Amino acid sequence: MTAAIEASGLGKRYGRRWALSDCTLSIPTGRVTGLVGPNGAGKTTLINLATGMLAPTTGTIEVLGSKPASGPEQLAKVGYVAQDTPTYAGLSVEDHLRFGAHMNPGWDAVLARKRMSQLGIDPKQKAGKLSGGQRAQLALTLAIAKRPELLILDEPIASLDPLARREFLQVLMETTAEHEISVVMSSHLVADLERVTDYLIVLLSSRVRIAGDIDEMLATHYLLSGARRDPATLPASQQVISASHTDRQSTILVRSAEPLLDPSWSVSQLDLEDLVLAYMGNTTTTASAETGHKIMEEQR
Amino acid sequence: MIWLTWRQFRWQAVTAAAVLAVLAIALGATGFGLSTRFDQAGLSTCHSVCSSAASNFISELRGTPYAALFFGCVILMYLAPVLMGIFWGAPLIAREFEAGTHRLAWNQSITRVRWSAVKLGLIGLAAVATAGLLSLMITWWAGPIDHALSLVGGSPSFGGTRISPVVFAARGVAPLGYAAFAFALGVTAGVLIRRTLPAMAVTLVIFAAVQFLVPNFVRPHLIPPVQTTAAMNAFDNNEIMISSPGNKMTLVGNFSRPGAWTWPTGPSRHQASSSPARPARHARGTPPLTLAATGSTPCICASR
Repeated sequence: MTAAIEASGLGKRYGRRWALSDCTLSIPTGRVTGLVGPNGAGKTTLINLATGMLAPTTGTIEVLGSKPASGPEQLAKVGYVAQDTPTYAGLSVEDHLRFGAHMNPGWDAVLARKRMSQLGIDPKQKAGKLSGGQRAQLALTLAIAKRPELLILDEPIASLDPLARREFLQVLMETTAEHEISVVMSSHLVADLERVTDYLIVLLSSRVRIAGDIDEMLATHYLLSGARRDPATLPASQQVISASHTDRQSTILVRSAEPLLDPSWSVSQLDLEDLVLAYMGNTTTTASAETGHKIMEEQR
Repeated sequence: MIWLTWRQFRWQAVTAAAVLAVLAIALGATGFGLSTRFDQAGLSTCHSVCSSAASNFISELRGTPYAALFFGCVILMYLAPVLMGIFWGAPLIAREFEAGTHRLAWNQSITRVRWSAVKLGLIGLAAVATAGLLSLMITWWAGPIDHALSLVGGSPSFGGTRISPVVFAARGVAPLGYAAFAFALGVTAGVLIRRTLPAMAVTLVIFAAVQFLVPNFVRPHLIPPVQTTAAMNAFDNNEIMISSPGNKMTLVGNFSRPGAWTWPTGPSRHQASSSPARPARHARGTPPLTLAATGSTPCICASR
């Protein structure tokens, strides 16, 4: 099966600054993939490269086995909801649906109209007068009604209020499940991604820190706390992700395929957000306060 | 794609159509009156010495609505291309960048090349067609005045002949070129600047500069003039004036070459600069050719 997005040695340079460099990753089809990372990690650049909005400086990227935006067939296969969900402010909702119909041979007019009426969006309304949530829904409808194989969303919910966020993600889940669309969605809101994604990629400074099935990821990571100890003395099967120490105590995040049986540790498991933050080397106190461990420092 | 282009352009199209319609009514209503005056002045039947009839015709037009319309049309013909560059060209792609809607439009099942080609092609064509229709109507309407002006070599109240810098850009095919240029300039500025308002301003400034520089500095050098030397006969529609205080001699010759675009060059032009009797710089048809010479050696030369 071809990958939804396959990048190899991918880089994009603006002048002297590399927005993305040497990025190699593979995003599987048939999954709802969350792409997370701090601002500046290269998420939007990666997505712009995947939609062909940018051309790579180095390396290659293939979407569903072809070069992004290489032709009408390729464009028809990929639905894209851009950051801030742009729509034509002067055009009505109805005009947007007409726009979709004129621009896409595979347009599903029934689906589009049904979605708008379910959401209670007046077709006569100008897109510029819609609320942020409604506009995002309109952009999503445009992307879904072209019946793509892959849907790419770039921080679609970042600017929405919590209720609109929830509604948006619900619609996203329903329709993508119904039409068997692969989804790649970037966000820095891990809590929101957790509800809808089943595959996760953590991007940090253009590099994939971890990629995999979320359930598997949660099941194989353990937070160990106990008397102070050098992380190097842990068994080889336990990969140390991060460790922090106080005078007496050590808190270590490890990844291990086997269950942890060492009685000297008190073992707990993390939720996705803490796991992601640990991988991003996030040192905010709110994150550590929630899980009771102190500042994590990354170990190499 | 054609639907989208039309949907985004329809108000501009309606505006252009309204301007064209109003102008067509105004010119249509007055055009026949103008040609009646032209006939009454005897210009339609005149074949040899017509300059006095022509200057009568022109002086009688002074202060009439015809004169106002004549100048209005020149101004309109100057404004139309730059307005289309500013309001059609500059926002065409800049507005998409500004609102981020290019990210929506470019991810439908239509290639970006096709999106650009249809947009630029249709609206560029609309700009050229609008300028063409304007020019067609105005050139037809102003025909009698232009013809009379060419017979008298321009008039102080109505301006120059067809080849004079001001009138040249407002007749015939020249406005089509200006419209195409203004549109391309606007689109280019919009694509490079990516913001509508600055792109509009840049379009205006560059276009105005080109409209000033080209007629004054480029056009005179575009095609090398064909030169000819003709003998002057003082008694055959020519005039010789000698004024002794300034040691100046002015020759006014009727140089006839049907269809020629005449332009005094060479010594006559050179010496004209040192003489108050400046020759007409541009003339068409059978203009009086004014040659001036200083000193004791009169120079007689003509060109077309």
